[in-house]
Amino acid sequence: MNRYLSIFATFARVCLVRDMTFRANFILECVTSLGWMAMNLAFYLLVFTFTSEIGRGTGWTKEPFFAFVATGLIINSIVQALFMPSAEELTEMVRTGGLDAVLVQPLDAQFLLSMHRVDFSAFANGLVGVGLLVWAIPRLPHPPSPLALLLYPLLVVCGVAILYSLVIMLAAATIHLGRNQSLYDFWFYLTNFSRYPAEIYSGPWGGPLRALCTFVIPILLVVNVPARVIAQPFTGQAWGMIVGALLAALLSLVLSRWVFQSALAKYRSASS
Amino acid sequence: MSTTAGGRFAADQGFLARRLHAWRVWWTMLVICLEERLVYRGDFILGTLMRFLPIVTQVFLWTAVFGATSSGSIAGYSRNDIVAYYLLTMVSRAFSSMPGLAGGIARGIRDGSVKKYLVQPVDYVSYLLAARIAHKLVYYAVAILPFAGVFLFCREYFPPIPDWSTIGVFVISLLLSFLLGFFMEATLGMLGFWFLEVSSIVFAYMLVQYMLSGHMFPLDMLADIPTGIPGLSVAGLVRFLPFEYTAYFPAAVWLGKVQGAELVRSLLVETAWVVVMAVACRIAWWRGTRRYSAFGG
Repeated sequence: MNRYLSIFATFARVCLVRDMTFRANFILECVTSLGWMAMNLAFYLLVFTFTSEIGRGTGWTKEPFFAFVATGLIINSIVQALFMPSAEELTEMVRTGGLDAVLVQPLDAQFLLSMHRVDFSAFANGLVGVGLLVWAIPRLPHPPSPLALLLYPLLVVCGVAILYSLVIMLAAATIHLGRNQSLYDFWFYLTNFSRYPAEIYSGPWGGPLRALCTFVIPILLVVNVPARVIAQPFTGQAWGMIVGALLAALLSLVLSRWVFQSALAKYRSASS
Repeated sequence: MSTTAGGRFAADQGFLARRLHAWRVWWTMLVICLEERLVYRGDFILGTLMRFLPIVTQVFLWTAVFGATSSGSIAGYSRNDIVAYYLLTMVSRAFSSMPGLAGGIARGIRDGSVKKYLVQPVDYVSYLLAARIAHKLVYYAVAILPFAGVFLFCREYFPPIPDWSTIGVFVISLLLSFLLGFFMEATLGMLGFWFLEVSSIVFAYMLVQYMLSGHMFPLDMLADIPTGIPGLSVAGLVRFLPFEYTAYFPAAVWLGKVQGAELVRSLLVETAWVVVMAVACRIAWWRGTRRYSAFGG
């Protein structure tokens, strides 16, 4: 474990050195991702000029909703920084045969393939997310209990684990297909469902969609569970949700590991 | 006298032959591009259907917003209007969005491949336009199936079909939005003659475009937000910019949100923007090629 941690630290250091070599580009990347985020925040502010709550009686008024948005920013920025750049590179590695060099290394292939690149500029959104959360927490109608504050980081890690599993499974699809240029598109469209509180998915279509995105692809648990624990009153019902998120994270990790390993077993080198 | 008339006749014939040749070249370019695009038809259908997914979340979000307010209308839109609006902006975007155009032009400038258009008797902007029309024609031929399916499925959200004149204006606004989108992105790509790498400029453009075109929400929602200038709201300010014609305007025409004198004024402003951007694109090409130093092999 220590060996893996020190290797990861080396990867991160190399990436940081590279980012700092092209400093203007790094700043530009930070600014662009902050631009998208600012635009989305402006949209939510606009929505709240027409309503005081997202969904009647859901409790997602302005401050709790912004705590929800902040949680989404934090989780997504961790995934975008730590796992997405490597997963995107894998697509090219499979096509060119560069994957062979990774497979002969005396290290776990999944670790190497999913964590060898770190995109530090993606942390910019996460920092804004932390700032937004710090702004929202004292303004919440129900201040979070110490227990909720303790559970929150753990549930954020669960959310990251679920998203990581999804990235790994999409990457495994790359190995099967030989090339998957739309990896990022799939990712965007899937994670799109986790952007809003689960309560908005109601009615004859929303109910089944909510069930699908909770139990089959647990994308709705990613942001909803930690955000709900911190921004909504902590009741006995919350425990079911928390256990559900922990189980979903564990199961996703195991399943994605299995899918990735079986995809690697079927890999046929592309290089000569 | 007869010699002069004969000379003019010959000159006319020469002009006609040249025009005919130019059209034939353009037609050939269109056919080649059509064949090229048809190779990826499966990818197109999947991609088109996936593009409707973000609308699903937007529809649920607005349904929740309407559920929480007592009023049945927001900025003049009922909940059904909003669903119809988002679906109609998908049609507008199918005409006005130009994926890869600016980036492709800048890449050609950077790697030097643009110079083949400088030595061939082919006008580069016309070639790009032909390629884009081909791209769009194939896209419509394939995308009409998923589009028709989604619209049929969501038909109850739409108001009754408008009269023929509104449909006519809707079609004109879509065609103009195609030209506007094309010339705006092509001009951005031509900035590559000066900056080489335009990806950050294109990103900034996409950002502004996404918000101010009405792709994200109906622009009427900005009507009550002040700009600081007395008597001018953000919506009023946005109305002078070209972006709204690439998503909001065609959708608003179909839903009857723009009518009468306002409709005529908007169509004229849209046409003016097309002309301005077409001229800007030409100027950028002329001036750019003059300072171009042909990088790459």
